[in-house]
Amino acid sequence: MRLEKLLQKKESSMKAVEVFSKEKTARDKAIEGSLADFGIKADVRVSDVYYIDSSFNDEEIKELAEGLFTDKLTQTFSTETSNKESEWIIEVRYKDAVSDPAEDSIIRAIRDLGKDAKTVRTAKRYYVTAADEKEVQLICKNILANGITEDYYYGYEELNAAEPRIMEGKASDEINEVGILDASDEGLQRISREGVLSLSLEEMKKIKEYFEKEGRNPRDGELETLAQTWSEHCKHKIFNSEIEFDNGKEKEIIGNLFKETIVAATNKIAAKKDWLVSVFKDNAGIINFDDKNNFAMKVETHNHPSALDPYGGASTGIGGVIRDVLGAGLGAKPVFNTDVFCFARSDYDKELPSGILHPKRIFKGVVSGVSDYGNRIGIPTVNGAIIFHDDFLGAPLVYCGTGGIIPKGMENKKASNGELIVVVGGKTGRDGLHGATFSSAILDESSSSSAVQIGNPIEEKKMLDALLQCRDQRLYTCITDCGAGGFSSAVGEMAASTGAEVELDKVQLKHAGMKPWEIWMSESQERMIIAVPEDKVEELKEVCRNEDVNAIVIGKFTDTKKLVVNHSGKTLVDLDMEFLHKGLPQLKRKANWQEKGEEEPQLEEKNNYNEELKKILAHPSVASKEEVIRRYDHEVQGNTIGKPMTGEGPSDAAIIRPEFGKKALVISNGINPRYSFINSYWMAASVIDEAMRNIVASGGDISRTALLDNFCWGSTQSEEKLGSLVMAAKACHDIAVDYETPFISGKDSFHNEFKSGNTTIAIPDTLLISAVSVIDATNAITMDLKEEGNSIYLVGKTYDELGGSHYYELLEKIGRNVPKVREAAKKNMESLTTAMKAGLVLSCHDCSEGGLAVAAAEMAFAGNIGMRINTAAIPNEIDKNYKLLFSESNSRFLVEVKKENEEEFEKITNATKIGETIGEKKLVIGDNLIDAGLDELKEAWKKTIKW
Amino acid sequence: MEKDNKMVKALILRSAGINCNDETEKGFRMAGAETEQIHVNKLISGEKKLTDYDILALPGGFSYGDYIAGGSILANQLSVKLRKQMEEFIEQGKVVVGICNGFQVLVKTGFLPGDGMKATLTNNDSGKFECRWVKLKGSSEMDVPVAHGEGKFFADNETLDELEENGQVMFRYSSSEYPENPNGSLRDIAGITNTRGNVIGLMPHPERHLTYDNHPKEISKESNEGEGLKFFKNIIERCKTK
Repeated sequence: MRLEKLLQKKESSMKAVEVFSKEKTARDKAIEGSLADFGIKADVRVSDVYYIDSSFNDEEIKELAEGLFTDKLTQTFSTETSNKESEWIIEVRYKDAVSDPAEDSIIRAIRDLGKDAKTVRTAKRYYVTAADEKEVQLICKNILANGITEDYYYGYEELNAAEPRIMEGKASDEINEVGILDASDEGLQRISREGVLSLSLEEMKKIKEYFEKEGRNPRDGELETLAQTWSEHCKHKIFNSEIEFDNGKEKEIIGNLFKETIVAATNKIAAKKDWLVSVFKDNAGIINFDDKNNFAMKVETHNHPSALDPYGGASTGIGGVIRDVLGAGLGAKPVFNTDVFCFARSDYDKELPSGILHPKRIFKGVVSGVSDYGNRIGIPTVNGAIIFHDDFLGAPLVYCGTGGIIPKGMENKKASNGELIVVVGGKTGRDGLHGATFSSAILDESSSSSAVQIGNPIEEKKMLDALLQCRDQRLYTCITDCGAGGFSSAVGEMAASTGAEVELDKVQLKHAGMKPWEIWMSESQERMIIAVPEDKVEELKEVCRNEDVNAIVIGKFTDTKKLVVNHSGKTLVDLDMEFLHKGLPQLKRKANWQEKGEEEPQLEEKNNYNEELKKILAHPSVASKEEVIRRYDHEVQGNTIGKPMTGEGPSDAAIIRPEFGKKALVISNGINPRYSFINSYWMAASVIDEAMRNIVASGGDISRTALLDNFCWGSTQSEEKLGSLVMAAKACHDIAVDYETPFISGKDSFHNEFKSGNTTIAIPDTLLISAVSVIDATNAITMDLKEEGNSIYLVGKTYDELGGSHYYELLEKIGRNVPKVREAAKKNMESLTTAMKAGLVLSCHDCSEGGLAVAAAEMAFAGNIGMRINTAAIPNEIDKNYKLLFSESNSRFLVEVKKENEEEFEKITNATKIGETIGEKKLVIGDNLIDAGLDELKEAWKKTIKW
Repeated sequence: MEKDNKMVKALILRSAGINCNDETEKGFRMAGAETEQIHVNKLISGEKKLTDYDILALPGGFSYGDYIAGGSILANQLSVKLRKQMEEFIEQGKVVVGICNGFQVLVKTGFLPGDGMKATLTNNDSGKFECRWVKLKGSSEMDVPVAHGEGKFFADNETLDELEENGQVMFRYSSSEYPENPNGSLRDIAGITNTRGNVIGLMPHPERHLTYDNHPKEISKESNEGEGLKFFKNIIERCKTK
C-alpha cells in the first residue's frame, strides 16, 4: 500500500522551471500599482513558472529552460525550489481542473524539440515585501488570484506549493435514473433545485407526464437535456410569455411579448427592405452586404461569469459570440468585435457585500479578457461603450458582439439523415457545466461554480481557419456552435427536424472520471458541431489536421425524430424531438406599469458653467476611454477606416470596409440605463435614437440600417419589473417601425441581481441597441473639427429634457422630463444624410450624454480646434441656460459646414447655424456660460480613466 | 499594364495564431507580387518548398498564442525544423520579411540582427498592449499603426552601435518621447535588417495602411494608395533588381 502510494506520487510529480527578469519590469510595476489601489505599498517582482511532467531528467529540463523558456538578454532561470530572504513568495496558477490556455502551445514547442510532454502548467510567482501574513492573504485573495479559477500558495522566505495534478483520463460510465414518477410536487421542486435545473414546478410536471407515458423514470442525461433546452437562456421564456398587461389606463393581453413587439416591427418593415436575408432564426441575423457577400451579426451577454471571474468571463463571452457568427448560415468570417460594459464606479469606496469583487477589479479584468482574447484571435475590436452606475455593483454587464462576412448562397444550412455529426475544435472537459441553467438564476454570495472557464483564443483561431476552408470546399452542410448546453444544445438544435444518434465514447476528454451526462452537457469552449456527408469526411479531417485542429465523428443524423445518446453501450438519452423542442408550456404572467421619477428640480441660474461641464466630462461614462481603447487591436485585418477614436475624440461609430471592397459597414450602439429610473419606454426609444444618431453622424444611411436588441433586466418576478420590460419592448416596436429600421437579431438576460443577506442589488433596466448600416466607403464622415472659420449648425430642437441627465446626476437628482423621440427626427436624419452625400458636411457629432456642451467639447478635442456657439440661435423650447447646455434631447447633431456651402446645406437640411470654429483653442458658449480652454477641459475629460 | 518578364513570388507563412496573413498577402499583391499563403506544417512536411519562392513573409499575429514570449514558439519551430532551408534562402539573397510577430520570430531565431549579434523584443515600457498610429523615419517615411505588447527593441550598447554603423537600422520612431516611441525601444528602433539587407523586420504594420482611407485623418477621401504600400513595393523592387 505504502509502496503503491509512493509510486503514484513519483509518477505524477512535475518539474518546474522558473524564469526571472533581470531588471524590474513594467509588469512588476503594474502589480505594485494594483497593490497601491488597496493602500499597500510594497516592492514586487514577478516570475514565470512552467511545470512540466516528469518524463524529463534534470539535464533535459535545463536545456528546455535555456533554449525555450528564457530570453537570455533579459531573463535568467532556475530549476530549484523558490526562496528569497526576507520576502514573501506567492504562487498563483489555474486550478488543476481549469484548462490552461498556454498548455497546448508549450507542449507543441517541446514536441518540436523532439521531446514529449504530457502535461504543462504555467504559474506566476510574486516576490513581495509585505508587512505580515494577513496582508499577504489579502494580496492573494483580493488582488492576485481569483478563487473561482485559480489557486494560490504562499510562504515566507520559502515556498512549498503543491504540484499540479494531471487531470486527463478515462470517463466514468455512471448513468443514473432520477425518480420523478413517484415524486410529489414538493419532491419535483427539490429535484429541480438540488440539480441546479432551474425548472419550475409546472415544467417538472410536464416532464413527469412525458415519462409516465414512456413508462419509466428519466435518466440524469435526459433531465439535464430538458433543463438546458427549456432554460430561460435558451428558450427566452419570459420574452415569449403571454402577458396580461395593465398600463394604468387600460388592460390588454399580449399573446407573446417577443413576437408582438420585436418580431412584429421587423415583419411590418420587411416588405420595404429587400436586403434582409435571415432574421431571428439562425445564430446571428444576416443582411445583404454587396454583390458577393452577406453580413451576419450577433450581440451576446456574458454577465454572470464576468461577475465571478471578469477575465475568464469576458474572454469566453467574446469566444462565444464569435462562434455564433461562425455558426450563422454555413459560417461567416468575423470582421469586427464590439464590447459594451456596465460597471459600478471604479472609485466605489463603501463596504462591499460579501461575494462581490471590487468594481475596479472587474473593470480591469474584463478589459484584460477582451484584450487577450480579441487581440490574439485577430478580430479588430472597434466599437463599444462603458457605462458606470453603482447599481451594477453586484451584477456587471458584459455585452460582446461580432460581425462577419459570408458569401451569398451560404446563408442556409440543413443537416440530413445519414450525415455524420462531427465535433471540431478543443477537447471536452468538466469546465462550464450548467452555464445555461446557471445564467437563468440570480447570483448570490455562494455562487461559485464550474460555470466559469478561461478562453483559449488560439484553439478558436485554429478552428476558425480550418472551418472557413472546409466551408469554401463545401465539406459540411450544417454548422452550429457549442455554447450553453454544449453538445446537448448543439446536436439537439441541429437535429430538431431529423433526429440524431450520438456515441459519447468517441469524444476526446480533458478530465478523468467525467460522467456521461457531464460529457454531453459540458460547455467547454472552442468547439463547433458540423454535419458532414460521409464521402466528405476524410477530406474534412485532412484540412483540419493540417491546421492542427481535431475533427472527430461522434454520431449520425437519423430520420427517427428522436435524440438518442449512448455511452459504453448504455443509453443516456432517448427523447422525442417534438417533446424536447415543443413540450415547454408557455409562461403566463401579469404585468403593470406606471411612470417613476421624481419632481423636476427647479434650479437657480448661474452665469458660468465651466465647472459643471468639467465635472460632466470627468464622469466615467462620459470621460475619455483611451486607456481601454488602446488595449484593443482595432486595426488588425487592415479594414478599419473609421477608428474608435478620432484624434483624441470619441468617434460616433466604427467603419469597417471588409475585403478591401467599395462597401463599408458603420457600426454603432446606444445605451443609457439612467433613463429607466423614470420611464423604460423612453429609455428604449432614446437608445434606439442614440444608435441611429451615431450611424447617421458617421455617414451611415438610416434606410439601410439594421438593429440588434439586448435586454438586461433584474428579476422580472414582480409585475412592475415585467411591466417595465413590456414598455421597453413596445418602444422598440414603435420606434423601429417609425424609423423603418428592422431588428435582425437579439438576446435577453434576466436575473441580473445580486443577493447578499437581506439586500438585493438589481441593475437598472438596461437595453443595448447595436446598429449597423451598409454604405459606400467614400461616404464616411468623422467627428473632428477640420479647420477654423467654418460654420457650426445644429440639427434638431432642444427641449426641457434633463430627466436622467448627467447634469442632474451631478446634483444627485433624477428628475422627470426624460428625453422623448419625436416625429421630425427621421426626416432630419434623412436630410442630413443627403447633405453628407452631397459633400457638404466636414464633420458631425451627435448630442447625447451631457448634451450640447459635451458634444461641442468632444468635437473640439478631436480636431484640436476651438468653437464658439451663440446660444440665442439655438432652436429651443426652454427657459433656462443650463438646460440649453445640458439637456439631453434626442435626435440632435452638431455639423461643421464650410461658409461657401451654407446656402446649399440650409436648402437640404432643417438645420440652424449656431456658431463657428475659431482660431483660439477654446470652447465658448453664450456670453460666458462656457468659456474655457480646450486643454483645461481635456484634462478633466482624460484624467478619470487612467490605470 | 506592362508585363513583367517574371513575377516575384511571395510565400505568406501561416501557423496557429497568425492573423495578419490576409492583409500582408494583399500588400504584396498590390505591390505586384504573386502570392501564396502556406501553413508552416506544409513546409515542415515537405509538401511545399521555400526554394520555389523569392520572398518569405512572416506576418503579424500571436503565433501559438505567444504564451512563453512573443514569437518564441514559432521561432523554436522554425529553428528546429526549417533552419537549413531558411539559411539557404537567405544565402541566395532572397528576402525574408517579418512584421510584428514575424519580427519577434526573426529576432528570436537569430536571423535578425544576424551575424551572431544579439537583440530581442521585450515588453513595452508601458506594460500594456497598445494599438496606435506612429510616424516612422528611415529609409522611407510613413504613418502606420502599431499593435503589440512586446515591441521594445533591446540590445546592449555595443550591438546598438554596431547596428547603426552597419546601417542596419531601417526604421525609427519619430521621437524618443512616449507615445511617439510607443514601447520604449532603445534608440527608437522600429525596424532593422541584417547586414546584407535581405532579412527585414519591423514592429509597425505597413500592411494596415495599404489604402489612403486606412489613415485616421483621411477617412473620406477617394481610396488610393496608402503609405504602407511603399514598403511592399520597395521589397518587390529589391527582388527584381537583385
